[in-house]
Amino acid sequence: MIYLDNAATTKPYPEAVEAMLPYLNEYYGNPSSIYSFSDKSKEVIRDTRDFIADSLHAKSEEIYFTAGGSESDNWALKATAEAYALKGKHIITSKIEHHAILHTCQYLEKQGYEITYVGVDENGILNMEELKAAIREDTILISIMFANNEIGTIQPIKEIGALAREHGILFHTDAVQAYAQIPIDVEEMNIDMLSGSGHKFGGPKGVGFLYIRKGIKIRSFVHGGAQERSRRAGTENVPGIAGMGAAAKHSFRIMEEKIKKEIEIRDYLIDRVLGEIPYCRLNGDRNRRLPGNANFSFRFIEGESMLIHLDQKGICASSGSACTSGSLDPSHVLLAIGLPHEIAHGSLRLTLSEETSKEEMDYVVDNLKEIVSYIRNMSPLYEDFVKAQGKKENRDV
Amino acid sequence: MYSEKVMDHFNNPRNVGEIEDASGVGTVGNAKCGDIMRIYLDIDDNGIIRDCKFKTFGCGAAVATSSMATELVKGKSIEEAMKVTNKAVMEALDGLPPVKVHCSLLAEEAIHAALWDYAQKHNITIEGLSQPKSDIHEGEEAEEEEY
Repeated sequence: MIYLDNAATTKPYPEAVEAMLPYLNEYYGNPSSIYSFSDKSKEVIRDTRDFIADSLHAKSEEIYFTAGGSESDNWALKATAEAYALKGKHIITSKIEHHAILHTCQYLEKQGYEITYVGVDENGILNMEELKAAIREDTILISIMFANNEIGTIQPIKEIGALAREHGILFHTDAVQAYAQIPIDVEEMNIDMLSGSGHKFGGPKGVGFLYIRKGIKIRSFVHGGAQERSRRAGTENVPGIAGMGAAAKHSFRIMEEKIKKEIEIRDYLIDRVLGEIPYCRLNGDRNRRLPGNANFSFRFIEGESMLIHLDQKGICASSGSACTSGSLDPSHVLLAIGLPHEIAHGSLRLTLSEETSKEEMDYVVDNLKEIVSYIRNMSPLYEDFVKAQGKKENRDV
Repeated sequence: MYSEKVMDHFNNPRNVGEIEDASGVGTVGNAKCGDIMRIYLDIDDNGIIRDCKFKTFGCGAAVATSSMATELVKGKSIEEAMKVTNKAVMEALDGLPPVKVHCSLLAEEAIHAALWDYAQKHNITIEGLSQPKSDIHEGEEAEEEEY
């Protein structure tokens, strides 16, 4: 099997799995308990919190553990909206956010908040002028993702942070795809809140975190016990936190090397696909993108068919086609960068890991060429295109 | 996610292709929602469907329903072909996931559209057949784009 869906989830690092086991087998004590048996549980939570804080250039008490990226996003948006409602009810986000942000925004709209969805350019980079123009007196929050999950585009986070700071507006970033993949500094980038998810960087599923800058008065998301400074109640997911901590440590240890390797293999993949498969394009910025992300659109074909054929060749990939989203619309991200519907339907996302090899890419491209050509031969859109080309040529002669 | 029959028709689609000078051609669906089906019919003087071919832009279910639909109408009379409903196509495929039911509707519509084209060309009326609603020309502008 060739696993090229690392933006969906990653293979847990052996270090992470290993780190979890003692807290499942042996040290099951509730971290809130007084007896010394629970010290180990307390310790690993503290240790993970310290490490994640350090890795972001934040303080330990600014890291709150959650059940994952979606919860962190929900918390950041809903709790800010509630806490700052007296100041204003306007929130700015982008058109290419993850659904954990977009659907939360739609929920807030129903609650009487006004949301401005800022557009992006053809490469998926946020339109800064549009963002500036969207800022109002009553804007309480700007939430822009660090890097896009589909097309991998990395946003000008530092500039956005500076702009938000200048206007006294809180700035949240969904860094689920970026944390532990590329360097992030919440101080330097003026980030007030940041969402992260354990399973996107070799940790377990069901655990994540939200960084909340000290002094921000956002409220408790889960009411109950005093865990997470009473802001997020519920007995801690100790094995999950231990696994996420180990995965984060490993990720930062190998980050530099991983980035270098992934970029090299990714660029090799992109060059081969663009060079050898006709009528295809790369979605997202060629350079300002996540090291492991490649996203293509192939004209005249539909994504799901491509995925099933790839699966039969042992290749795990994903697509922004409607059929894979469970709705009739293709990916909102691909539409936001200006792709027509039928081209958005024919998208393919391949997300690499540091284990991905050049040989695997050769196998993928060789198979992809055949699959694309096979599906095109079955496509009425391709038939029409070929006939129209023929007519054009006849005219030209 | 798909039944064995669906996967079989997806992997080995029957009757893919075009028929030159077909008696009737029908294209339904639109690129916007990601499914386009085109069905070609070769109908003889006795009103028997001698051959049937298809081309489809769409997901696994769209390909499989097109393939099955062509199998179901091949060798049939027009009246019999009119009875090939989306339900019949679905049953023949051992069912489809709920989100894919529209694919089978598209297959039924594609057959009807091809029969409509045949009826128009021959100036006849086929009982129970009305002008097809769907057309693919919504997405045409975008198709022209070069890159």
